[in-house]
Amino acid sequence: MSSETKQILTTDGIPLEVSLKKAEKKNKIKAFLLVAPLLLFLFITYVFPIGEMFTRSVDDKMITNMLPKTFKAMEKWDGKELPPEDVFAGFYSDYKVLIENQTQGKLGQRLNKEKNGFNSITKKLMRQIKRNKIDESQSIKEQIMKVHKRWRDVEYWQAIKRTAPPYTMVKYLKGVDMYFAADGSIAQVDEDRRIHRILWLRTLEIALFVTIFCFLMGYPIAHLLATLPMKYSNLLMICVLLPFWTSLLVRTASWMILLQQQGVVNDFFVMIGLVADDSRPEMMYNKVGTYVAMTQILLPFMVLPLYSVMKTISPSLMRAGKSLGGTPFVAFWKVYFPLTIPGIGAGCLLVFILAIGYYITPALVGGASGTLISNQIAYHMKTTLDWSFASAMGLMLLSGVLVIYWIYNKLVGVDNIKLG
Amino acid sequence: MALPSYTETRYRIWHYFYIAICTFVFFFLIAPLFVIFPLSFNAEEFLVFSEGMKRLDPDAFSFRWYHEMVYGTKNPWGLAAKNSFIIAIFATIGSIVLGTLAALGLSSRHMPYKGLIMAVLISPMIVPLIISGVAIFFFMAKVGLAATHTGIVMAHIILGTPFVVITVTATLSGFDHSVTRAASSLGSNPVNTFMKITLPLILPGVISGGLFAFVTSFDEVVVVLFLAGLENTTIPVQMWTGLREQLSPTILAVATCLIILSTLILVTAELLRRRSERLRGINR
Repeated sequence: MSSETKQILTTDGIPLEVSLKKAEKKNKIKAFLLVAPLLLFLFITYVFPIGEMFTRSVDDKMITNMLPKTFKAMEKWDGKELPPEDVFAGFYSDYKVLIENQTQGKLGQRLNKEKNGFNSITKKLMRQIKRNKIDESQSIKEQIMKVHKRWRDVEYWQAIKRTAPPYTMVKYLKGVDMYFAADGSIAQVDEDRRIHRILWLRTLEIALFVTIFCFLMGYPIAHLLATLPMKYSNLLMICVLLPFWTSLLVRTASWMILLQQQGVVNDFFVMIGLVADDSRPEMMYNKVGTYVAMTQILLPFMVLPLYSVMKTISPSLMRAGKSLGGTPFVAFWKVYFPLTIPGIGAGCLLVFILAIGYYITPALVGGASGTLISNQIAYHMKTTLDWSFASAMGLMLLSGVLVIYWIYNKLVGVDNIKLG
Repeated sequence: MALPSYTETRYRIWHYFYIAICTFVFFFLIAPLFVIFPLSFNAEEFLVFSEGMKRLDPDAFSFRWYHEMVYGTKNPWGLAAKNSFIIAIFATIGSIVLGTLAALGLSSRHMPYKGLIMAVLISPMIVPLIISGVAIFFFMAKVGLAATHTGIVMAHIILGTPFVVITVTATLSGFDHSVTRAASSLGSNPVNTFMKITLPLILPGVISGGLFAFVTSFDEVVVVLFLAGLENTTIPVQMWTGLREQLSPTILAVATCLIILSTLILVTAELLRRRSERLRGINR
């Protein structure tokens, strides 16, 4: 067969198979060229910068570049007792260069983060060097050790050695409330200072519960929309789509008005006698506000995938189930519900992914107990300016989201995302 | 949803319970938007319904905050609205061009690594905005585009293209490719074929993707908060600062305008969707 096909020639005299392959390749290149501009744009402005976040989050080159001779000499030092003369000499000449460039302050600050007490002893050493008190013909080790007793403490030299690698996982450990102890092992921070773990758990908890609430509220109305006659369902669909198209900030603002202490919801509670006028409950600036507002805002993302799946389920299946002797409940549970599982998966994953990275709504209605991990990232980006820590936390969040995205892609397929 | 006459009582009760739940959820979805309307006409300075408003006293209502929104001294809404529209329009154009081209390529049978590339192109929609914001900020700061309109437009193109890619690929999935082959065989060049044959047929998808991109840009605040300087403030940024700092009813006047705008966009999108469904019906 193949030998026969090889003999078929096109009008140019080229074998058909070769010609077809060439055409196929041309088509591939053509298709790829159409995608290329967007792909290139995204890679330059988006994908690489996210990769850059990674280098930023592990970057610790500052000290590595500041103390090249020290670290070279330290390679032979076992780190158990005080380092030998050449380490001291290396440190002395590195430090002298830093003083000439007037960047010695940064070194002191950075080393102080590694071990408390460095700032004062490096300053003291600087003053000695500036006054030319250090005699380079004598043993530098002896002279530095005389500057301050901490220079005679091996722990401080161990701390310097720990800063040698140009990369560090410190920021990631900090993100889960851990740190490198003096002996280089990983330790937990004190129980009362474990703020980040609380934030991670709270983020997960809120995303999970918002997903559950959205499912519980979205399933009945998606079912109603899918089973009502077209002319009614189109009208009701607007109730789902209008919030979907409305600005996030507008919707958050309306929840702020509704949930405040003198707000409409509290007015209503007082009117029906649920609470007394002078003991109106605080519904905003806490988790309640975050739950209510986020559920309403993300509900359309649950309803739309559910609706598009339910729309394809023929009503005769339920009728068949009932006519075969199932009660309506049994028919629903055994026939209808299993058919909607793809929609449930799509909706839940989408809502969860969106909820886990939420920022604006928790920041406005969440108060202190409703803030999520995104708010913490923004705080470090804008207030503490610890960008490497913000990058590390961002990437930890991103890796979680990408896992869910991957599952979503496997189960639903990104090209099946329904919009409106 | 009338029940047949033979329905047992317990299913009857269940059915009314179900209707009640649905009514509650629809109310929960739509009612918050309608609180904004009356309050934006509040004559007083507080964000609560005054006694006069509850009595429907005409003196308790006024256009004061709308006046403030348009003519108020040193208020930022004029500049913010101008910026928002400029940025959103350019971001939409960019998203449409890049997204439509990519969707055309992705819909080709010959496209290699389709799934992987699609996943990358859609990712800005999935990745939490705060992370996109940080990454885009690092890039824009490096190339010197932070605090410029260009930088924000580029950021919004990143965030807007996934919507265009999704809607246009969806439209192209029902597209009959033999019409373009017919055009080619009749001697039309590819550009001409695209402009005269493909584009008119996929236009509803392109426009509805464009609407998504427009709304995304017009409503986007996280990335802009990282990128914008004072000169680049947008409506959402102003609302964000307003909601955090001084809650003035002017925000509600702006919010009312935004709700009207989103209603208009919703109607357009719905009309387009129906037209596209009709067109695809003819194709089949």
